[in-house]
Amino acid sequence: MPELLQILEPGESQKQEREDGRPLAVGIDLGTTNSVVAVSSGGAPRVLRGDDGNGLVPSVVAYAPDGSALVGELARQLLLERPEAVVSSVKRLMGRGVADVKSLEGTLPFEVEEDSATGGMVRLRVAGRTLSPVEISADILRSMKDRAEQQLGRAVDKAVVTVPAYFDDAARTATKDAARLAGLEVLRLVNEPTAAALAYGLDQQAEGLYAIYDLGGGTFDISLLRMEKGVFQVRATGGDSALGGDDFDHAVAQHFLGQRAAARGRTALSVAEVKAALMMARVAKECLSSQADGDWMLEVGGTMTRVDLDRATFERLIDPYVARTIAICQGVLDDAGVLPEDVKGVVLVGGSTRVPLVRRRVQEFFGRPPLANINPDEVVAVGASLQAEALTAGSDTLLLDVTPLSLGLETMGGLVERIIERNTPIPVAKAQEFTTFQDGQSAMAIHVLQGEREMADQCRSLARFELHGIPPMTAGAARIRVTFAVDADGLLTVGARETTTGVEQQVAVKPSYGLDEDEMSRMLYESMRHAKEDMALRVLTEARVEATRNCNAVAGALQADGELLDAAERAAIEQAVAAVQAAVAGSDRDAIAAAVEELERVTRPFAERRMDRGIRAALRGVSVESLDRQGDKPASEE
Amino acid sequence: MQAQTRQADRTAAQAAGTMVTRCWSCRGPVAEGAPFCPTCAAVQPPGQADHFARLGLPRGFGVDAADLDRRYFALQRQLHPDRFATRSAHERALSQQQATALNDAYETLKDPLRRADCLLKLSGQDVVAEGCNLVNDPELLMEAMERREALAEAGSTVEVDAITRATRADVAACVGGLAAAFSAGDLAAAGRLTTRLKYLQKLVDETRVRKLQLRG
Repeated sequence: MPELLQILEPGESQKQEREDGRPLAVGIDLGTTNSVVAVSSGGAPRVLRGDDGNGLVPSVVAYAPDGSALVGELARQLLLERPEAVVSSVKRLMGRGVADVKSLEGTLPFEVEEDSATGGMVRLRVAGRTLSPVEISADILRSMKDRAEQQLGRAVDKAVVTVPAYFDDAARTATKDAARLAGLEVLRLVNEPTAAALAYGLDQQAEGLYAIYDLGGGTFDISLLRMEKGVFQVRATGGDSALGGDDFDHAVAQHFLGQRAAARGRTALSVAEVKAALMMARVAKECLSSQADGDWMLEVGGTMTRVDLDRATFERLIDPYVARTIAICQGVLDDAGVLPEDVKGVVLVGGSTRVPLVRRRVQEFFGRPPLANINPDEVVAVGASLQAEALTAGSDTLLLDVTPLSLGLETMGGLVERIIERNTPIPVAKAQEFTTFQDGQSAMAIHVLQGEREMADQCRSLARFELHGIPPMTAGAARIRVTFAVDADGLLTVGARETTTGVEQQVAVKPSYGLDEDEMSRMLYESMRHAKEDMALRVLTEARVEATRNCNAVAGALQADGELLDAAERAAIEQAVAAVQAAVAGSDRDAIAAAVEELERVTRPFAERRMDRGIRAALRGVSVESLDRQGDKPASEE
Repeated sequence: MQAQTRQADRTAAQAAGTMVTRCWSCRGPVAEGAPFCPTCAAVQPPGQADHFARLGLPRGFGVDAADLDRRYFALQRQLHPDRFATRSAHERALSQQQATALNDAYETLKDPLRRADCLLKLSGQDVVAEGCNLVNDPELLMEAMERREALAEAGSTVEVDAITRATRADVAACVGGLAAAFSAGDLAAAGRLTTRLKYLQKLVDETRVRKLQLRG
């Protein structure tokens, strides 16, 4: 971006952050099991690795008594030693309420805070503190940011963060909030399969219809994309945000605990023992990807039990989960109106696609061997880094994504009225009119839902709000226009207003399972020691961008219509532009604002003359330039 | 410079007889509907252009899918919010509005039913209400009932597939009929066929649901 080149002159305070004059943005795959950070420069992405050469950072956080967080392999090793202070798989709780977690009870290695007084997002008891999944995810993101800064030797404050395509609005908002807490500006939330396709498509110059089968630790996504000359158009997407390799571990752990109970009788298990069994199950799962069978020692209640598992039994245990992913694949192909043989290639993403049964089932369904020649654990971060570079440095590639789930409102009788259908390209905005059902009704409850089911209570509740001040009218006379807008990050904004009287109501949507603004500000304040300076810097940066845009606009106008000015007027404008440029080179926001205001004042008569001429020309059917150069001449009909 | 002048020429010529608006950035004249200011290149609000105009297509039922895709991709390459990620908040908001309007136009023109609806609306015809006025067309009503019955009685996915195929063939024939009606300027016939297409597409959706039920 030329503006940014201009505003980041050498000698400025952030010099060390942006040596090459371009904002640096990384790509982060914030995974259920592992997270990866990558950076791309000149179209060449690279994964940022630790000293051991490993790009994967376990998404595990250990909390010390003083509240400090330890993320990654070391935290993972503490999982057994200090289970009450270590959290894993927190991504499964992003944007979820206490009730959601109840339905997952027993499958999560967490101690959930029972006090649901706040109603909103679920909280965990960790090391004697109460933490939200957003804060825990922020700790993971902060460690990815640290890794990037260490490796790149400069500050990193912008990122593209990936989310499962099937993540609902609450989970997306939670992810964005977590990044904010970690001091990262999210340039874009990109869907994981789309990021994988980006990495894959650019690498392989793929063209045609591709399916991206992404089975991670906690989420399953299937996306169908059309790739063509740098365009990545998502045709349909589907998945399950609570289905993944963790379920395999769980099935295996239950099998092991069953073997143990058969040998020694049933006993109550501690949190630590459940975690140990899950960890052993994971080891067994990974072994069985290459071996036919194995046995392991399981410790419960101080006694050791030998447990064993062969691949056939393992596959029988996990088959229902794999079958479910294939059923979802079928649904997505149906949505897009294509048959398995129309798909030119199937790309595997996510560590769980290493399981042989998964590969076999995918191959059976699509009738072709899947492609896995890019490391399935790293491909998402690689794609995210490519997109981060595209957003900051410009690019020819274009990602066109869709809404994963339908969005609607609850209507009378608990039914769902869909406003935006799933698989609609984003950004999108749709409006629908509703009416009152009682005479003199002055308020209307609006309940925003996401999902495919017919009944409101079977869909996910995203937000509730009330529209007040509807003027008294007979039932059915009021016209309430509700607008849904989904931005390029897949985030929803809802507005409502009564249209017959023109009375407009401003409504704030409170996310049912998110953090409210107060909570967010408090956390931001607590987590960022330099919050104030950061805020000031952001405001200054925005003022510079805006001022530079102004200068460029005036330069363009001078070039096009300069002859409308006499020498003195032109000199005055040029002087005002120079003053703005000087102010931009400094770091006084008020000085920039004053210089911009002066520039606007000086150029006002110029703008009026340009408008007058443009309108005169249009009325006469003559273009501005031909008026000057050739005199009056009718314009050709388009 | 020359290119910029030509662009300005074209834009101004298009504006002839229509509205000229003021660029929010350089405050000079911009033709209504132009996505960018010809002088300072700032992105403009999407304006009131109809779906055909937005994609630079003549109004008509015949739309070539590949051509539509090309136009849509070319415009999204310029207007998509990804192109404005590091710009000012106002430019980002305008880009989102532009991309939203473009998606709406693309989705409408891509789908024969929505395209037909849009054309009827642009011609001042009353668009058939949701739920269809099947009742006004006894023949269609009878046909609909028979098909639904057959679908409900279908006991296997093979039987459902047969109904799906037959319905798809009807859809294709109906779309062909619409093209003929629109090019002949017979809006009454186009309206009738649009109602029929609405019902046929609903039936295709129902066959999918039935298939899912049968699969369990």
